[in-house]
Amino acid sequence: MKQSKIGAWIAFIIGALYFIVPLIGTFEFSLRMKRGEYSFEAYRVVLTDPNFLASFGYSVLMALITVIMGAVLVVPTAYWIQLRLPKLRPIVEFITLLPLVMPAIIIVFGYLRLYNSSSWLPLTANARSTDLLLSFSYVTLALPYMYRAVETGMRSIDVRTLTEAGEILGASMMTILFKVIFPNVRVAILSGAFLTFAIVIGEFTMASLLNRPAFGPYLQLIGANRAYEPSALAVIAFLVTWACMGIINVVGNLKSNKRPA
Amino acid sequence: MAFLEISDVRKQFQQNVVVKGFNLGIERGEFVSLLGPSGCGKTTVLRMVAGFESPSAGRILIDGKDVTPLRPNQRNVGMVFQAYALFPNMTVADNVAFGLKVAKRSPSEIKSRVEEMLAMIKLPHLASRYPYQCSGGQQQRVALARALAHKPKVLLLDEPLSALDAKIRVSLREDIRALQRSLGITTIFVTHDQEEALSMSDRVVVMNEGRVDQVGAPFEIYNDPATRFVANFVGTLSVLKGKVLDAKAGRIQVGKSEIIASRKIINHNVGDACSVALRPEAAVLENGHDLGSGRNRLGGTIDEVSFLGSVVRIRVKIDDDAISLDTFNNPSAIPPQRGAPVVVSFTPHDVLVLDGETKH
Ligand SMILES: Nc1ncnc2c1ncn2[C@@H]1O[C@H](COP(=O)(O)OP(=O)(O)OP(=O)(O)O)[C@@H](O)[C@H]1O
Ligand SMILES: [Mg+2]
Repeated sequence: MKQSKIGAWIAFIIGALYFIVPLIGTFEFSLRMKRGEYSFEAYRVVLTDPNFLASFGYSVLMALITVIMGAVLVVPTAYWIQLRLPKLRPIVEFITLLPLVMPAIIIVFGYLRLYNSSSWLPLTANARSTDLLLSFSYVTLALPYMYRAVETGMRSIDVRTLTEAGEILGASMMTILFKVIFPNVRVAILSGAFLTFAIVIGEFTMASLLNRPAFGPYLQLIGANRAYEPSALAVIAFLVTWACMGIINVVGNLKSNKRPA
Repeated sequence: MAFLEISDVRKQFQQNVVVKGFNLGIERGEFVSLLGPSGCGKTTVLRMVAGFESPSAGRILIDGKDVTPLRPNQRNVGMVFQAYALFPNMTVADNVAFGLKVAKRSPSEIKSRVEEMLAMIKLPHLASRYPYQCSGGQQQRVALARALAHKPKVLLLDEPLSALDAKIRVSLREDIRALQRSLGITTIFVTHDQEEALSMSDRVVVMNEGRVDQVGAPFEIYNDPATRFVANFVGTLSVLKGKVLDAKAGRIQVGKSEIIASRKIINHNVGDACSVALRPEAAVLENGHDLGSGRNRLGGTIDEVSFLGSVVRIRVKIDDDAISLDTFNNPSAIPPQRGAPVVVSFTPHDVLVLDGETKH
């Protein structure tokens, strides 16, 4: 008992060090903008840069849209497959894995060919529709993570029997989906959302090639031209991402009562 | 016409006919069990009544209305599942309220109905608990309350007790029956446990390979099994090989002895092989004391003695066959020893004659 606890602690400490040491190093470096003293000068510069706020805000918004679209797409799909079309599961699994094996750059070139301003559906013709295209592409990128998380969540509850229990009590499919299925896979959706968020916030290829003012291209720009600010940005991005996730978690918990996750 | 009418229902999955020519009428307020071995189609029949499967042929009527084309959520029936199937994200009270909320009842009505239901299942103190905080027996009670809250016309239960341990199973089955009686709700109870079916039901439907073999009161099913399958499936039965000597008079030869059966021997001619069956409570050991004339007697040796508590079950070997018989435990008398020669006696009335010869 004691022995295994010590082992667990050692593993935990090693893991924590692996994770924290580079973070501390980055943080320490970011404080050294002024010669000979520690200061938050780099942070001041970054935070007062209007491009930072704009690009970060843009990416957060895109991430939220992606999470919502992903959940609305994936949850009913996974539900229906589990319930009525279990034979399709391998096919859908294969499709959701495609974005992992296909580099983003290939996907985005495909988009540009399909949706350029002289195509049948000129999505890249103006900024708003390009945003739409970008969020679709983010949904694609996040698909493997979102689908897997939700699928696992669905398997942990007896979807079929719960659906039947709802049906026999007079509920429609929609009611069952929103009152029974969604709340029970909420934790799974959140973990999918977490990964989606992390991917979208730092995504570079798609945003850059679609020429949208996202955080990824901004990071790249700063990183290529400055010394201390990129470290400050990394720390900020890290903190904000975690704060966002914390908020999502709290909100998620408030909405569906006090059920422990 | 009965309150719930299942007429000529057939169900086929691909090439596999699972339920065939199923007919059953259930009166209002009646408690009927579907009893049969695993895979005989009990659940399939229940699911067709619920609307989860649609019959390949035939009709199902509830209260005079043909519900065959209706979806489960349009049928107004309640169902209790083997695995409870409570909604894990809702409290006990919310689970019970679900059907009422879906039916858009007023909040005050929902509140009072939920309280009423929780009082009925004797769990008012669990209202704000989540299912995972309740024991299996409590969860199944909640599932029962949930199924009944919106006052369905029919209650369906699919092996609701089989996931519970023996003690709770017995107490819950009494509670279910009491509740069913007080509400007067028409109920179909699916089980493969004959004791459950016999002890709870107004009528038992014994199913075999997708067909109804016999429908009757528990007493009838047990004492007058219509088919050999029913006789074998319901209760314990000892089967002996015999040969018909006189079908009219009920004379049958068993080994070197002759016995009399008071029931009619149908479909048998003189000289035909037949099977003679006995319930364990019908046979007694005549160790020394004569129980009077007019009884059948067979000599054999004690093969095995199992002490079951209040009952001692004794197996007596008679030629190649064996008779099991139950005696009450008698603390002042030691059970007989293995290998001891004994005489087994039983009345002609207790003899069941089944078709053909047993294979054993
Ligand atoms: N959806 C289905 N598709 C194909 N075959 C099925 C389906 N549902 C049931 N069956 C078959 O129908 C037969 C009867 O099944 P059913 O579940 O009604 O039996 P049961 O009497 O309830 O058995 P148990 O006591 O084991 O629950 C079985 O052979 C089963 O394999
Ligand atoms: Mg079954």
